[in-house]
Amino acid sequence: MPEAAEIAKPSSTPLKWEYATSTEATDILDLESRYGLFIDGEFVKPKSRKYFESINPATEETIAEVAEAGEADVDAAVAAARRAHSDVWGSMPGSERAKHIFRIARMIQERSRELAVLETLDGGKPIKEARDVDLPLAAAHFFYYAGWADKLDYAFPGVRPESLGVAGQVIPWNFPMMMLAWKVAPALAAGNTVVLKPAETTPLTALLLGQIAVEAGLPPGVFNVVTGAGDTGAAVVGHEDVDKVAFTGSTAVGKIIQSQLAGTNKKLTLELGGKAAHIIFEDAPLDQAVEGVINGIFFNQGHVCCAGSRLLVQENIHDRFVDKLKKRLATLRVGDPLDKNTDVGAINSRAQLDKINELVEAGRSEGAEMYQPDCSLPERGFFFRPTLFTNVAQSHRIAQEEIFGPVLSILSFRTPEEAVEKANNTPYGLSAGVWTTKGSRILWMADQLKAGVVWANTYNKFDPASPFGGYKESGFGREGGRHGLLPYLKWSEG
Amino acid sequence: MSRLDVKKTYKLYIGGKFPRSESGRTYPALAGDGTVLARVAAASRKDLRDAVRIARGALTGWSARSGYNRGQILYRIAETLEDRSGTFVDQLTATGSTAAAAKKEVAASVDRLVWYAGWADKFAQIYGNLNPVSGPFFNISAPEPTGVVGVVVPEEPGLLGLVSRLAPVLVPGNTAVVLASESAPMPAITFSEVLDSSDVPGGVVNLLTGKKDALIPFLADHMDVNAIDAGGASPDQVARIQEGAVHNVKRVVVPDETAQSPYRIAAFTEIKTVWHPKGL
Repeated sequence: MPEAAEIAKPSSTPLKWEYATSTEATDILDLESRYGLFIDGEFVKPKSRKYFESINPATEETIAEVAEAGEADVDAAVAAARRAHSDVWGSMPGSERAKHIFRIARMIQERSRELAVLETLDGGKPIKEARDVDLPLAAAHFFYYAGWADKLDYAFPGVRPESLGVAGQVIPWNFPMMMLAWKVAPALAAGNTVVLKPAETTPLTALLLGQIAVEAGLPPGVFNVVTGAGDTGAAVVGHEDVDKVAFTGSTAVGKIIQSQLAGTNKKLTLELGGKAAHIIFEDAPLDQAVEGVINGIFFNQGHVCCAGSRLLVQENIHDRFVDKLKKRLATLRVGDPLDKNTDVGAINSRAQLDKINELVEAGRSEGAEMYQPDCSLPERGFFFRPTLFTNVAQSHRIAQEEIFGPVLSILSFRTPEEAVEKANNTPYGLSAGVWTTKGSRILWMADQLKAGVVWANTYNKFDPASPFGGYKESGFGREGGRHGLLPYLKWSEG
Repeated sequence: MSRLDVKKTYKLYIGGKFPRSESGRTYPALAGDGTVLARVAAASRKDLRDAVRIARGALTGWSARSGYNRGQILYRIAETLEDRSGTFVDQLTATGSTAAAAKKEVAASVDRLVWYAGWADKFAQIYGNLNPVSGPFFNISAPEPTGVVGVVVPEEPGLLGLVSRLAPVLVPGNTAVVLASESAPMPAITFSEVLDSSDVPGGVVNLLTGKKDALIPFLADHMDVNAIDAGGASPDQVARIQEGAVHNVKRVVVPDETAQSPYRIAAFTEIKTVWHPKGL
């Protein structure tokens, strides 16, 4: 049928999928030009007298100035948290604590859009992700843990748990509100008070939560925010009156913190880096798997500790699958994070963009083959094209090191045993993905993979009821679910 | 003329065998009154590395066994220990225990093994659960063994301290490298003979005697040890373990004095969560 062949022949000029921009309005925000530290229920000027700028990574414009907490400021925050624990929060009936946390969950829901817009402005993530993922999950996390506050005696059989005291928490820039919720909600539910250090590139939503805490009537000192960079974080972590340290971030910094705490009695949880294997078997539903892989590595520009950054494709479908991925890559819209159509937003900072460039360059020089779609990038701001590497060897840096960007390294395997061997061949162990239609193989793979979270025929799903955390150098302790209470409680038995 | 008794040579226990230390070194195990009871092997860095390598090799098989099977083996250890209680009472008495205290310690050790044996096919039901996520997903969390665990045994009680620390490590399927009590090593070595005749696969438990101060830094720094029970370490040794742990983010557990607890098992597990969509 020559006619049919004629019709099916691809046009020499590819179809242009132009979208009218649909920009989220920012006038919902009522920002100040300069923010103090949130200590003991109010915003105060830093004793350090220092401020730094938080910029919009999509435009490189300054959004606001933020205080840089020094040691004296951290001291004041820890003292406030200690007083609040001793005088109010630690002895408050669980049922009352629960209502406080429920109220915060509700207020996050009420101001969800405002927080989502601010999250996108400050961090560069697509508004549709901030709006549909980060904020709903943050609110849900508070809602989930609120209900635990008066049920702690039922969480762990045979013991009567108690709070630890003051929790010092340091969170990353990739999911500022969600990470705040993962840290703060279980800590408060367990009866601890909190000194939170948000990331220096994304401090603004945490400060807005300070406002929410005031409006919600949370007792002063229960929740404190000290903004700043690494020195501020080190002051929080190393403060002698902090009982519990929780950190999410890179493995390199996690090790520094673990070292800093050696020889102290502080409890520690670490949620660190990853280099997740995402495994595609020949019998997988390939089109669904393509969506899973795209979501696994390009969600939040790949700034995800559990990103599926090492794709393992069974050899006999490798070429077909890579072709499908390339076609899908061409439809990703990269650009203005505030545009509701945008799939891949801005890289969070110039430093992170430099790191991605360095590792991508290493991938090319070590002999892997790079593919990027032909898409235009905004002239200002920090952006990076979605990137695939084929012909990747296990020894390549792009197969070993966490890139934390929109870059996927593709390897192949022949047998399930080889897939497991390659998947586990990493010092990390945070997450893994498996796509196959064979049920027994899913369960076998799930048993074999040394990872804290295994997504089978799905990827990057999160829920407050679902524990999250790593094996090996991806850290220890779990966040989410009943298990997420454990790091914030103590008890003695017998 | 009275018969000369035959004395035992106290060696290491690695990979189901009883080697001497490759260093050729020994140190004296003393009685309560300070007399030398025997010379025991002083394990070296190389012995420790061998033990870790062999424990890693034994991990896949041990962790793949059913909880029921591991429970039966732990119960078998209890049976064998009960059978040899006379030997342990003699050794504990020789190192300073009263006969009554020694009997009590051996009985408590047997009972503790039986208690932990019963957990092997149950603890996952206590620590794991189905998670009620808000979406069409099957989502389950279950504990898995952490891997190769270093166990620094308390100086005393010589037998009960060892059993109390080792059993919860074995229950979920970890393999162990044990640093025995430095001052009371003989019951530990004799206990390794109990392990060897109780269907415990070679390499699941590797027991080293020697100087803790010399061995702890190598255990702490080893990149293929996943966790350490530092319950038998001095405060300075605990700090050294915590510093070494940084290299590969080891889990360092400093247990309280609780005699037996399912939470001691939990301390040497990792929670794994598996998601799968539900749908037609």
